[in-house]
Amino acid sequence: MPAERMAPAAANVVPLLGRQDIAVRLDGIVKRFGDVTALQEVQLPIRRGELMTLLGPSGCGKTTLLNLVAGFLSPDRGDIAIDGEVVTTVPPHRREIGMVFQSYALFPHMDVAANVGYGLRMRGLARAEIAARVAEALALVKLTGLGDRRPRQLSGGQQQRVALARALVIRPKVLLLDEPFSALDKSLRGSMQVEVKEIQKQLGVTTIFVTHDQSEALSLSDRIAVMSDGRIRQCGTPDEIYRRPADRFVASFVGDANVLHARLERFEGASAIVALGAARVAVPADALSGLAAGAPVDLFVRPEQLRIAEPGQAVATQGIVATHVYQGGHVDLYADVAEMAHGRLLIRLPGHDAIARWPVGARIAVTLGDAETVAFPRGADAAPLASGNGPAQT
Amino acid sequence: MPRALSQRLFAFAGVLVVAAILGFLVLPAVVVALAAFNGRAILSFPPETWSLRWFVKALAYEDFQAGFRNGLIVTGWASSIALLVGAGFAFALDRYRFPLRGAIEAVLLSPLVVPHFTVGLGFLIIAAQVGLARSFTTVVACHVVLVLPFVLRSVYVSLRNLDRRFELAAASLGASPGKVLLTVTLPLLAPGLVSGWLFAAILSFNEFTASLFVTAQRTQTLPVAMYNYVREYADPSMAALSVMYIVATATLLTFANAYLGLGKVLNVEHAR
Repeated sequence: MPAERMAPAAANVVPLLGRQDIAVRLDGIVKRFGDVTALQEVQLPIRRGELMTLLGPSGCGKTTLLNLVAGFLSPDRGDIAIDGEVVTTVPPHRREIGMVFQSYALFPHMDVAANVGYGLRMRGLARAEIAARVAEALALVKLTGLGDRRPRQLSGGQQQRVALARALVIRPKVLLLDEPFSALDKSLRGSMQVEVKEIQKQLGVTTIFVTHDQSEALSLSDRIAVMSDGRIRQCGTPDEIYRRPADRFVASFVGDANVLHARLERFEGASAIVALGAARVAVPADALSGLAAGAPVDLFVRPEQLRIAEPGQAVATQGIVATHVYQGGHVDLYADVAEMAHGRLLIRLPGHDAIARWPVGARIAVTLGDAETVAFPRGADAAPLASGNGPAQT
Repeated sequence: MPRALSQRLFAFAGVLVVAAILGFLVLPAVVVALAAFNGRAILSFPPETWSLRWFVKALAYEDFQAGFRNGLIVTGWASSIALLVGAGFAFALDRYRFPLRGAIEAVLLSPLVVPHFTVGLGFLIIAAQVGLARSFTTVVACHVVLVLPFVLRSVYVSLRNLDRRFELAAASLGASPGKVLLTVTLPLLAPGLVSGWLFAAILSFNEFTASLFVTAQRTQTLPVAMYNYVREYADPSMAALSVMYIVATATLLTFANAYLGLGKVLNVEHAR
């Protein structure tokens, strides 16, 4: 099996995982632009057939990483392997990758069929086979019959389908998607996301997807690598990223989070018990290791985990309702609470009667229940991010 | 609401001024065009009798025929060489960073600070030194120098406007750098290349001042032949030639614009 014959540089990187499970391996990647370090020692194995998202704010290095995999840039240090073969010095046209650009980059001087068939012509395939595979690819993206159109005659969504067909028709080892949905309007974006995900699963093509949109990342990915400042902060499934963020940055960047001033009470095995008002909540201990009992911590609570306290429930915090945002399926209720590190407490309440039951100015008591939360030492690291801190952002 | 008299007068004056300026711009062409149809052997305006004889004479005149042929030879070589050299420089300036890049860019793109007669005189002196005096080589070399900035600018602007992601997309699809150039870069640059060549050709075909220095009887281009003619005769064949020239250039540019969209190249309208 060719995958067993390994290039020596990648031979002993991950001895435990079967090598054929890893389609793309990024190993100790360092990339600098002048004095700016864009990527610092990035380590990322990507499994065959998975959709891996590189998520982070602009300037975090995610696009640089994608360009390194494509071969448009070369790393200052480290190695990139595709299918077990080190390709660090292989030029892009010999890497067998398919890429969809943010602007689609469809060749304006060719019609749709010529665009899609371009990669096949470069591979010197026979005319008949090219025609057959182009037709197949156009059918896959539901553009059958539009082969003789020019790119500028197509809508944004159609252009994106052409770009996807063009990248997939060469049967790439890796599909690279660079913010492909950002140019589409909101209603189209959702349906295209579903479609791309379906096509990706149907073909089983290993995919690296770059986005700054955390909800897009959560809904599409098999795994997410959250990046900031040229580092991967956490890599895991969307659920792991959302429910067990590894640090403050991930906790604030992915999803909405209320940051509440709380106190470490004690450690209990792998958990730490954190006190907020009368409520006690168990959080993973590793993020708080080294802290003494009574130390101040920041408790990160998702807005849907908070509830208005019923009589008899342990009250975590109290406050005054400041405003509501009606969202159809749920209501976002913002309250002024003393324990908030910054901004207002956001509570996401199901149903439509929340506005009537807790009008503006009402005093509310909030309970945590057995919410799954995380806590980090007070004030360490990352500045507060603009998520869930007030109705202005919604 | 009726406008005040002063406003209406002002608007009328504005129309007059614009009409006067436009009239002034086309006046020489109109005068020459009408003079070309003069039946008499003098360059006068307006003509008293009408005739096409000066067109016939201009077409039949041997020096004009030779000048036209020479002009085509010089123009063809000069603008083609200028296109190759200019496109090469434009690529280098756009794609690479090297010492003195800024200085080279400034020199190559600057409006012509060196007057044409200086260029002509310089080539005359050099050509005499190397034994190429009054050969086609000298005329072509001289014209290359004169039209190079225009070609370079045209290609350079097209390259700056070219989205590099087209080339990256082609590379990701398996095209080697040479294939990228042939199948993506050059086709997308074609309007810039063709219009650069076209403007170089028109400039070169029209060039008189420097050509006067570097051409000989055997190599004289049409403008030089016309100059020599007008020194001895003053009949309307010159005017007839001018009319044919204007019609030919206008036709060429109209076709070029229809097929290539020169507006894009000249940045009149934006590419996207």
